[in-house]
Amino acid sequence: MEHGSYKDQSASTFSLAEDHTLANALRFTLNQDPRVSVCGYSIPHPSEARVNIRVQTTGDSAKEVLKDSCQDLMMICQHVRSTFDQAVTDFKNNNGSESE
Amino acid sequence: MPKIPLFDLPVLPQNRLPLHLQLQKTRVFCNNDAPTNTEDITYSGAYAALGVDNSLKLDEFRNNFKVKVIKLNEEDMEFDLIGIDASIANAFRRILISELPTMAIEKVLVANSSSVVQDEVLAHRLGLIPIKVDPRLFDYMSENDVPNEKNSIVFSLNIKCDRKTGERLTVYSHDLKWLPFGSEYVLPTENSSDPSSKPKTYTSFTSSQDSFPEFSDNPITVTPGIIISKLGPGQEIELEAHAVKGVGKTHAKWSPVATAWYRMLPEVVLLQVIENEDAQKLVNKCPVNVFDIEDMGKGVKRATVARPRACTVCRECIREPGWNEKVALRRVKDHFIFTIESTGALPPEVLFTEAVKILEDKCESVITELS
Repeated sequence: MEHGSYKDQSASTFSLAEDHTLANALRFTLNQDPRVSVCGYSIPHPSEARVNIRVQTTGDSAKEVLKDSCQDLMMICQHVRSTFDQAVTDFKNNNGSESE
Repeated sequence: MPKIPLFDLPVLPQNRLPLHLQLQKTRVFCNNDAPTNTEDITYSGAYAALGVDNSLKLDEFRNNFKVKVIKLNEEDMEFDLIGIDASIANAFRRILISELPTMAIEKVLVANSSSVVQDEVLAHRLGLIPIKVDPRLFDYMSENDVPNEKNSIVFSLNIKCDRKTGERLTVYSHDLKWLPFGSEYVLPTENSSDPSSKPKTYTSFTSSQDSFPEFSDNPITVTPGIIISKLGPGQEIELEAHAVKGVGKTHAKWSPVATAWYRMLPEVVLLQVIENEDAQKLVNKCPVNVFDIEDMGKGVKRATVARPRACTVCRECIREPGWNEKVALRRVKDHFIFTIESTGALPPEVLFTEAVKILEDKCESVITELS
């Protein structure tokens, strides 16, 4: 859910059914995007799984910038996964050959 | 930090920060009273005044990111993630603990229990027993679903303590028997119209779980050796337990890890040369033997940092006054030493891969929600 203004697309608050797990990681990738001037998140009430992510950009649409940050986070995750799998396979091969 | 006049600062190539700022960006200072400099400097324009770009460059991330596996066996693993930010490492840890699905006993049908352990306490204990089965082979069961072979596992416990021996009997988790054909307890319905058909039970398995290729040679077991209850002479327990798929968020019994944690790599730096008596004092102070004495010849003994990774940052070496200027305790902000202890359902490396997949799925759902 996006709360913003129709006239000014560059600043809006996104209310998502998430928690710190995704919100903090998204805040990191958002902060790293050069188009973002302000970004942060807050949890309105701890009993309700809702997080408000605030994005203010230097002109671009806030929705697009958030989508790009999600894409960046996905790329990071995919790279982490492939590097991890490679490291596990290498470890197993090295240790397998040592025990033989 | 030694103070260097501005004009004597070393000249660095473009896009590199001055050394003191690099230190501030990448290290947490563990001082005597409290750690400082713990915030992440992630804002893309943080060093804009210096002309250094702090934004995320995926190519740089791909080149710098490393994973090193230190220990790996069926139960636990220890590995290093180097070059990643704390928020993402924490996201993985949170997902490992609470959002990876497992199978755990949810419904317990007690036919007969004459033990001193109350039914609900027994059911609670049964729920906490880890079930060694791959949860990806099963579906979630919602309120309206009928329990069938695709979404539940049935165990039965039939145990009686012999009155003659007079000794108490301990009920272990390996006394739970897997029923691949489903529930054996018949539903109490008034159905006299069809006496030849099979009576309806509490579950509706259309085929035996034995026939699935994954289970034909590999029967579903629970972790053995866990004490469920104790029975006195003449007491007995007769029950059936149904296990379903769930996540740790709902109840901790569905958490696939005993625990998962990370710590940042500690860095111990000797700011001054420490010799002879001081060196011996330093080596004696450290409870985990981080420091070593090196013989420099001519009777001079110098202290060196031998095992910084073992440092627990107990700060014993900087507790006494004056030692703060001799030893600097720091943590590297982007080097995480992860430890994952699995309960047996899935091996730890699979757990981590699944956790990363779940974070990717969350991002995708946010993207689809916004489009």
